[in-house]
Amino acid sequence: MINKSAVEMAESLSKGEITSVELTKAHLNQINEVDGQVHAFLHVDTQGALDQASQVDAKRSAGEKMPALAGVPLALKDVLVQKGIPTTCGSKMLEGWRPPYDSTVVRKLKENGIVILGKTNMDEFAMGSSTENSAYGPTKNPWDLTRIPGGSGGGSSASLASFQAPLAIGTDTGGSIRQPAAVTGTVGVKPTYGAVSRYGLVAFSSSLDQAGPCARTVLDAAYLHEAIAGHDPLDSTSINAQVPAVVAAAKDGNVKGMKIGVIKELQGDGYQAGVLKLFNESLEILASLGAEIVEVSCKYFDYALAAYYLIAPSECSSNLARFDAMRYGIRSGQGSAEEVMNSTRQIGFGREVKRRIILGTYALSSGYYDAYYGSAQKVRTLISRDFESAFKLADVLVSPTAPTTAFKIGEKSNDPIAMYLNDIATIPTNLAGIGGMSLPSGLAAEDGLPAGFQIMAPAMKDDLMYKVGAALEAELNTKWQGPILNSAPKLGAK
Amino acid sequence: MALKYEEVIAKYEPSLGLEVHVELGTASKMFCGCNTVFGAAANTQTCPVCLGLPGALPVVNGKAIEYTIAIGLALNCSIAPYSRFARKNYFYPDMPKNFQTSQYDEPICTNGYLDITIETDEGSKDFRIEIERVHMEEDTGKSLHMGGATGRIHGADYSLLDYNRAGIPLVEIVTKVVNGCGKYAPEVAKAYVSELRDVLRGLGVSDVKMEQGSLRCDANVSLRIIGSEKLGTRSETKNVNSLKSVERAIRSEMIRHAELLNSNQRVIQETRHFHEDTGLTTSGRSKEQAEDYRYFPEPDLVPIAPSKELIAKIAATLPEKPSVRRKKLQEAWQVPDKEMAAMINAEVLDLVEATVKLGADPTRARSWWLGEIARIANEKAVAAADLAISAADVAEVVALIVKGELTDKLARQVVEALINGEGSVGQIIEARGIKVVSDDSSLMAAIERAIAAAPDVAEKVRGGNIPASGALIGAVMKDSKGQADAAKVRDLLLKHLGQG
Repeated sequence: MINKSAVEMAESLSKGEITSVELTKAHLNQINEVDGQVHAFLHVDTQGALDQASQVDAKRSAGEKMPALAGVPLALKDVLVQKGIPTTCGSKMLEGWRPPYDSTVVRKLKENGIVILGKTNMDEFAMGSSTENSAYGPTKNPWDLTRIPGGSGGGSSASLASFQAPLAIGTDTGGSIRQPAAVTGTVGVKPTYGAVSRYGLVAFSSSLDQAGPCARTVLDAAYLHEAIAGHDPLDSTSINAQVPAVVAAAKDGNVKGMKIGVIKELQGDGYQAGVLKLFNESLEILASLGAEIVEVSCKYFDYALAAYYLIAPSECSSNLARFDAMRYGIRSGQGSAEEVMNSTRQIGFGREVKRRIILGTYALSSGYYDAYYGSAQKVRTLISRDFESAFKLADVLVSPTAPTTAFKIGEKSNDPIAMYLNDIATIPTNLAGIGGMSLPSGLAAEDGLPAGFQIMAPAMKDDLMYKVGAALEAELNTKWQGPILNSAPKLGAK
Repeated sequence: MALKYEEVIAKYEPSLGLEVHVELGTASKMFCGCNTVFGAAANTQTCPVCLGLPGALPVVNGKAIEYTIAIGLALNCSIAPYSRFARKNYFYPDMPKNFQTSQYDEPICTNGYLDITIETDEGSKDFRIEIERVHMEEDTGKSLHMGGATGRIHGADYSLLDYNRAGIPLVEIVTKVVNGCGKYAPEVAKAYVSELRDVLRGLGVSDVKMEQGSLRCDANVSLRIIGSEKLGTRSETKNVNSLKSVERAIRSEMIRHAELLNSNQRVIQETRHFHEDTGLTTSGRSKEQAEDYRYFPEPDLVPIAPSKELIAKIAATLPEKPSVRRKKLQEAWQVPDKEMAAMINAEVLDLVEATVKLGADPTRARSWWLGEIARIANEKAVAAADLAISAADVAEVVALIVKGELTDKLARQVVEALINGEGSVGQIIEARGIKVVSDDSSLMAAIERAIAAAPDVAEKVRGGNIPASGALIGAVMKDSKGQADAAKVRDLLLKHLGQG
């Protein structure tokens, strides 16, 4: 059962072939079985999940009309607060903190009867592309336990790829949903900025952060997307508009007559040959389905990474100021408040977080603001304009999600720039606030590891990504004779 | 040897800059739904947002924006069609997020003014105080430093944090540099804060209580030699918490600056604290190295873009200006300028108005509030409004005087008792056995005695010299040991002498 899609599980539940408690237990068993190797979870809420599952079962047997995903388990990235459940953001700083409130995403999951299994590992405060920056140790890629599962949401993607959960929630500031999806052979979607409430999402970079669905199929992601999206009065940046009909779009999956734009700047140098080859094969498939492939140029994308590494650290330097040992989290040191703050932040934050706080503090300093933060904001506007022009030529834009397949754990730990380059193709969408999806394009010839195909759509036209993604996924699954994860090595065999 | 104020102003021209913080009287906080009632148990009016818990997000209080626009309009400001919040970053334990959500280079209201008038020995003088900006921000929590002698952070054993105040909407009203006040600078500053307070009270946007900190003034002062162009170095005296203190603090700072300058020392750019007891300021935090707050636009909030319709709607509901209201009252009450100024100065104008509204005649209402009650307030060093006597009490006392049931002298006893908290007017009269002698025959006997004792005075009165009757009335009052009603005595006496 755990190898099935979330939609198939939901069908079995509604037909009464299985109960949510049984389904939840099966996943808890799998977690017991394999998570010692993978380390996807930071906290497993066994009792809470079973309680939630039995409530769903009770309602269902009482004849209540249930939401589509009611009773299906899910893994929650540890950056979203859940009342009473430890939330660490992968940081020592928040060790032992149990939030007194639910994030809006969690509230919606609960309202939809989705069973929350636990909290997944991540790069500390979502800063990283490998989950190696977690204060609680790295997560391993289920395809190859010596490799990274992507980041920052490596715990969520690895939990899906190792069948510990059929659904997961990620957050994406510069690619943290899509790049992990790409390197684990799963699906990840960053919706349009403002489509999913950020209330209760512990902020890394407020103007870039966006929570979204992670799954093993495009349709599963669409159902989860509809469950968590929608206007939230508690988030001022939440969009007050109808959620695009992404489930209908995923079921439709017809790309005939659509124009698909290939971004010239997101290929070539720095991209692994096998990754590019798979990308081109996917384009051929889409063309064979009746889509028109056009090439577009977004010349300011060359500056996207630089702009991102000014804006995100600037915002993070301010967002992470609240971790001062006064109200929650760990406390270290003695003496004045200042000494306690200093000492706590010294030991509470890891190297990458400190690096970015220092970068951001510098970039916002008087005398440097215009040159750094100010210029980065201008680049951001130019990138948005690049997208606007490109969307005049194409309905959706596409690229490889990440330039390479999963690298080895430790390989880039001491080279931040090499690490940052992993997000070169995902960052522009965050800067422009538009949506992006990654789905598997196949296994790269060089290393037999999964690669990702990225689809980007204009703001609040997230349905277009699902339409194209579903079309491509169907063809690829036919070609592979089943989902790509069928080719992943079996874990847990002792 | 301290310099005299006259010596300061003979040589130096002061420049002022006033920053007034006003806590808005909204029911909920600036960015969350928490209650704003003053004085609740510590940390009971908090939530994830105003505690700055990880993940919590702000949502702007629409009422606070409307109030701020109203303030801007009342101060003749332009209202920006588009303004933004910004983060002011610095670490302090009572600031939950370690940044204050404020406005920086895009405030909601700019370029206004407030006209004020002060009464001087040379007659009334008008000043226009130009307003640089009015912007919104959130208040911080409160630190209570425990142990040690001073209540300040230095020397404290530990500190307690109360976040009830964190996130209360604040409006900051900043003047441009105020020049040209000369020797009147302290009075001008006081009059400005007083007028501003009246404007805000009239708008109903704040309870403007300086003692409770819902209106706080930071006073910037600098001196330069008369005739020189270049502004001197300023000091900023923080959180001055009464009108009188605004005046005193500025005067004290002017003298301090002049003493430094006269002895060729430099004025240090710093914040200062004003001490009510000594009337002097002491050094706070140096501002020589400008603190870098690393302002940037608040990414968690969308820009404020009030529609023209909203602004017009607020403009249409603005109450009349305090200056217009005062002019109307002055005309209705027939009060000379000096008396009017005295009421404003003693902060009793509203109380007099309320007393008149309750039926008292304006002259009597005014003389009670400005006389006996103001005297007691002065003695106790509190505002008249904070004494345990209300406009209703005074109106009741005045009514009893008019009815002849109290004399002025007896009424004074009642007023004193009211202020001492001895109960209601009725309870006090009963408990103290206060009773007016109004028996005409016994009064007439006393009048006869007075006339007999001073027949020449009585003759003057008969001849039409009414003021001369004062001596006779005084004698009757003395005779009755003050229990008689002076007005009644006057009536009877004049009638008796053919002048009634």
